[in-house]
Amino acid sequence: MPDYSWPSPATSALIGKRVTRVDAPAKVSGHAQYTYDYHGKNMLFGKVVRSPYAKAKIVSIDVSAAEKMPGVKAVQIIQKAGSTVQWAGDEVVAVAAIDEATADDAARAIKIEYKKLAHLVSDAEPPAGAGEAAGPFSSDDIDDAIGNQLPDKQFIEALQQRGVSFKPEEDDLKDWADEGASDDVINAIRKAPFHNTEGQQPHSFFQKAAAQTQGDPDKAMAEAEVTSEGLYGATVIAHCCLESHGSVTEWPDKDHVFTHISTQNVSGIAGQMADPLEVPAANIRVHQDNMGGGFGSKFAADRWDIAAARLSKKAGGRPVRIMLERDAELQVAGARPSAYARVKVGAKKDGTLLAWQSTSWGTGGPGGGGMPPIPYIFSIPNKRAEHTTVRNNIGPARAWRAPNHPQAAMITMGALDDLAAKLNMSPLDLWIKNLDIAGPRKDTYREELGIAAELMDWSNKWKPRGTNLSSGIARGLGLSIHTWGGRGHNSDCDVTIHPDGSVEVKIGTQDIGTGTRTTIAIVVAETLGLPVEAINLYIGDTLYPPSGGSGGSTTPGGVSSSSRRAAVDAREALFAQVAPGLNAQANDLECVNGTVRVKSGPSRSLSWKQACSKLGAMPVTARGKNPDKSKPPDLTNSGVGGVSMADVAVDMETGVVQVKKMVAVQDCGLIIDLKTAESSCYGALVMGISYALFEEKLFDQQTGRMLNPNMEFYRLAGLNDIPELVVHMMTGKGYDERGVIGLGEPPVISPGAAISNAVANAIGVRVPILPITPDKVLAALSQSTRAGAQ
Amino acid sequence: MPDDQSKTPESVGSGVSRRDFLKISSVSAAAVPVLGTRIVKASGAPVTVYGPGRVPVELNVNGQLHKLQIEPRMTLLDALRDELQITGAKRVCDRAECGACTVITDGKAVYACSVLAIAAQGKRITTIESVMQGEALHPIQTAFVENDASQCGFCTPGFVVALKAFLDQHPKATPDEIRRGLSGNLCRCGTYHGIQQAISQITQRGA
Amino acid sequence: MRAFEYAAPTTKEQAVSLLGTQWGHAEVIAGGTDMLSLMKDDVVRPKRLVSIQQLQGLDGSSSSRGLEISAVTTLAELANNINVMKDYPALADAIDEAASPQIRNMATLGGNLCQRPRCWYFRGGYGLLPKDESGKDLAAAGNNRYHAILGNAGPAKFVSPSSIVPALIAYGAKIQLFGPKGTRELAIENFYVIPKSDGEREHDLKPNEIVTRVILPGADKNLKVAHYEVRQKAAFDWPLAVAAVALRMDGSRIQDARVVMGHVAPVPWISGEAANVLVSKNYSEDLARQAADAALTKATPLSQNAYKVQLARVAVKRAIVKAAGGTS
Repeated sequence: MPDYSWPSPATSALIGKRVTRVDAPAKVSGHAQYTYDYHGKNMLFGKVVRSPYAKAKIVSIDVSAAEKMPGVKAVQIIQKAGSTVQWAGDEVVAVAAIDEATADDAARAIKIEYKKLAHLVSDAEPPAGAGEAAGPFSSDDIDDAIGNQLPDKQFIEALQQRGVSFKPEEDDLKDWADEGASDDVINAIRKAPFHNTEGQQPHSFFQKAAAQTQGDPDKAMAEAEVTSEGLYGATVIAHCCLESHGSVTEWPDKDHVFTHISTQNVSGIAGQMADPLEVPAANIRVHQDNMGGGFGSKFAADRWDIAAARLSKKAGGRPVRIMLERDAELQVAGARPSAYARVKVGAKKDGTLLAWQSTSWGTGGPGGGGMPPIPYIFSIPNKRAEHTTVRNNIGPARAWRAPNHPQAAMITMGALDDLAAKLNMSPLDLWIKNLDIAGPRKDTYREELGIAAELMDWSNKWKPRGTNLSSGIARGLGLSIHTWGGRGHNSDCDVTIHPDGSVEVKIGTQDIGTGTRTTIAIVVAETLGLPVEAINLYIGDTLYPPSGGSGGSTTPGGVSSSSRRAAVDAREALFAQVAPGLNAQANDLECVNGTVRVKSGPSRSLSWKQACSKLGAMPVTARGKNPDKSKPPDLTNSGVGGVSMADVAVDMETGVVQVKKMVAVQDCGLIIDLKTAESSCYGALVMGISYALFEEKLFDQQTGRMLNPNMEFYRLAGLNDIPELVVHMMTGKGYDERGVIGLGEPPVISPGAAISNAVANAIGVRVPILPITPDKVLAALSQSTRAGAQ
Repeated sequence: MPDDQSKTPESVGSGVSRRDFLKISSVSAAAVPVLGTRIVKASGAPVTVYGPGRVPVELNVNGQLHKLQIEPRMTLLDALRDELQITGAKRVCDRAECGACTVITDGKAVYACSVLAIAAQGKRITTIESVMQGEALHPIQTAFVENDASQCGFCTPGFVVALKAFLDQHPKATPDEIRRGLSGNLCRCGTYHGIQQAISQITQRGA
Repeated sequence: MRAFEYAAPTTKEQAVSLLGTQWGHAEVIAGGTDMLSLMKDDVVRPKRLVSIQQLQGLDGSSSSRGLEISAVTTLAELANNINVMKDYPALADAIDEAASPQIRNMATLGGNLCQRPRCWYFRGGYGLLPKDESGKDLAAAGNNRYHAILGNAGPAKFVSPSSIVPALIAYGAKIQLFGPKGTRELAIENFYVIPKSDGEREHDLKPNEIVTRVILPGADKNLKVAHYEVRQKAAFDWPLAVAAVALRMDGSRIQDARVVMGHVAPVPWISGEAANVLVSKNYSEDLARQAADAALTKATPLSQNAYKVQLARVAVKRAIVKAAGGTS
């Protein structure tokens, strides 16, 4: 059997080096085509009429005036009279017309009568006495329970009693096993009774989850020598993808659908469109060249995408474009759930963690949101964690890079940082002191904390809370650690070597800005001993072998593994043809630097082109898969650790926070391209600064609407808000041999917590909730002054 | 409105008569009522009023003159993207808040989303499509490529165009000044570090 | 955006004659950065847009009256004008801090003076004096974190949006308007009014008037002017509070003072209280602090914006310190 294992970065030509992003020239020249740029022949422009109310019954819809307007080609009712809209911006009707202006006029001509219903858009602390969950587990509930390390016995009993509301798939079970669920739990999920909950409305805005307990939290807390209490949390934020959600869909004939869609999930879209469009998935082609940002919010064929397809059918198959406008993008196309927690943590005087108690809540819109996995990373021996989901009318949540982890980090690392202050310990010492309970990556954290501290000059710069003040500017340092899975997803890849030496790679994945194209090109080029430019790479189409959605940091492991196996097999097929001419055994050949040569006698070699000409008339194609137990070893792995440190300056008179420096130290197993890997971390630090200081979806309880569905008051950090950023990737022994692990989620988890801790260190008091805006800083300062005066 | 009564459906400014225009528009598949242009008397002098239907508009984009039939309400950005299919400038906020639609008109960086196409007539409009020097990347683009200053790339054309306009006007700008000069552009993936590195490279090597 | 007809007259007389006598029919467009957003958001629905960017005869000039600036001068042109940089540096500062390079290339001085408030209820379609269907004051009872802390006793709770007007007022600038009855001039502060009922606007501008010029009084060597604004983001962000301060100094003695705040009230807010503290005193940082306190003693914050009182106080203090030549 050929050797599929990864070459060592020490000897490889490309793997682990800083390779320039292969599609960068197209992007900087404006030639890169995005879904929004696609202009089909005779394309129609779609517009969506949205509910102005957060909760309302649709009484009547009159589309007659719109239908009669010249230039209007189709009108599609999305939610019929009698339906209840659950958030402001909910889709009700869509129109398609010959140009955008006409579509706009037609949308305005549609008359919809609503009966307003009571809504909730606030996510303030739930009233005491919210009811406990009794219904079956959803897949999100199971994610939560595993993330929160719910003890097996408790988990299995609950699964037997409450059942599940979905039919678990093998992929899910495997993911859960990767995330640490025991075989007993996996079996219990498999066997849990199925209860259908579809169509059932939640009865209350609040739903309390079962308390998660471990050890004896009350006793341990009573025995703790030091305790610390506080409130920590993060508000709802948006994805704010620069390329909004949407698609251009046409019917080339009455049985076939062709959609250009902005998606993280090229291979998964057809299956989602098939049912609503009543077309076999095999008849649906999905295409995307480039994608302008998703961050977890673009896995679905959304309601507006289905509407575009239906409008197209009504209009005789002409392409219909519906790309969301910015206000809709911010209102309905993605939100990260909020999470808040009142935490009490207890420790020995030396910092040893003993007990954790938390009462948390948060919202992810009408469906609720998950409980963050708290306490995060540190498995405190005695704990009780209670969570209430707020189900309100702010629109649905979507996965936002590292779902639930940034919130968990903010809550946990904030609480531990406050404890450290109470113990008069440096948080760095407290963290190191407790690494024994930090799970499987504890040694990684230890190493990373040392490197990060050096890069931050922590030992020289760190001062006890509130003691680093000069000319009205307070300085402070903070840190946080994080973890993520990141095992490679299912992926198929075809590599073809042509007799003329050209190489073709086809894979139904997508590059969402993370450098997936570059990763695949490097793997195939490395395997064939060619430069990256020699690889003709085709992605982003259902014409190519299916590859998983780009979520949960699963893409690098998936596509690198399948493309490696495909390239090795294609290479072996070539070797078989070339070996006799070189008077060698096929297994004694290697591809190096544009040649095929004999390992035991490198002077016997052919140029790549000469070698490929031995193929005769037919190219060779090999299909690689991931996972593939028949072709070991496993080329991907799961579980990474990372550290963020922040250095901030706070203007004590205005409460304006400036980040002065950030450090990220991260592992992700074997790194394929160091350059784009580092970029993922730099980008995550920027996103972290942005959500720590600026971002917040603001809702108005009176009108039920989002107040800032625009980019002036939904603030994103700009170039001038970004300080010196330092990124260090862990490589070498202990990392490289683990295989490829994804990187999209982990580095974005900790920056918010690290910045919050740095602000607390600077000003001497916790600003409990992200984002840390001047009003909150001033409020925290004045509260502490008042408390001090008492 | 004053003087509104003196409608004179006669020939209009751009040399296309109203009759010609109606002929053009009838073949352009526009079933919407085309009102074209007309003359009103304003303060004793004739003034052309355009629209609200489609009217002839000429845009000089990347050195090429394009003749369009569009409504006055169409922005320059939408005219570029939807009429001319010049799509390097992106529509993101559509409210002069993000910079993804940045183009250069008469040497100045502007937000194409907040300029009416009809008001952009007679200006030299430069988009990202003409920043390359023939087949070669402009030094700004090379610096962006080498320093990995794009991830999803949707904001990138706006940044490159804004930077080109700024450096054309301020060839000796310091990195700090350049950062300020790019404050009208936002990125979501967080490529600012790469952009900072690209700026350093440009100030060292020149653009 | 709704359909409209468009005219680009060449004289101000034509422009005015193309405008209506009532609001709502026609709107003036210059740089377009605010007007097009208002129209896209369906807040303003003109049937006709009258462009004034190409008007002839509005050129600025330098004369014995001071510096006359055409209203269609872009903010970038103004900030880079050699006379402005030399004689009105605080104005150049204020412009440099405003919005973004692209907006400064597009937006005109007149448009900056006439831009509409950023109040999210107004921009969301609930009116300048926003109310819900039952008539409840949305800004008073809702999220008013960026709203007024002064001059907010009536139904107007928004803040005057221009961040450069305080500096213009500090310099004593005048605004020149042209309408069917000819030209009129008024001090810029008098151009702004607090609307008391629906249908009133926040400017003293007739529907068929246009802003033609801004006139800055002649340079005064003894007048020390400074602009300071508190923003959350380092750039391209609306200020949370703005202050512009003009001090006429004789050595360290303050002979005359003008303290103007922005983003704190429905109009640019001139604080006589602060000026009174400063006049006829020798400058000190402590005096600056006292004046800043005085500027905000009458503040009446709403439910969520008490923090802005502190921010405005800091802005005033720092502007005074900066004007007097100290470091802020």
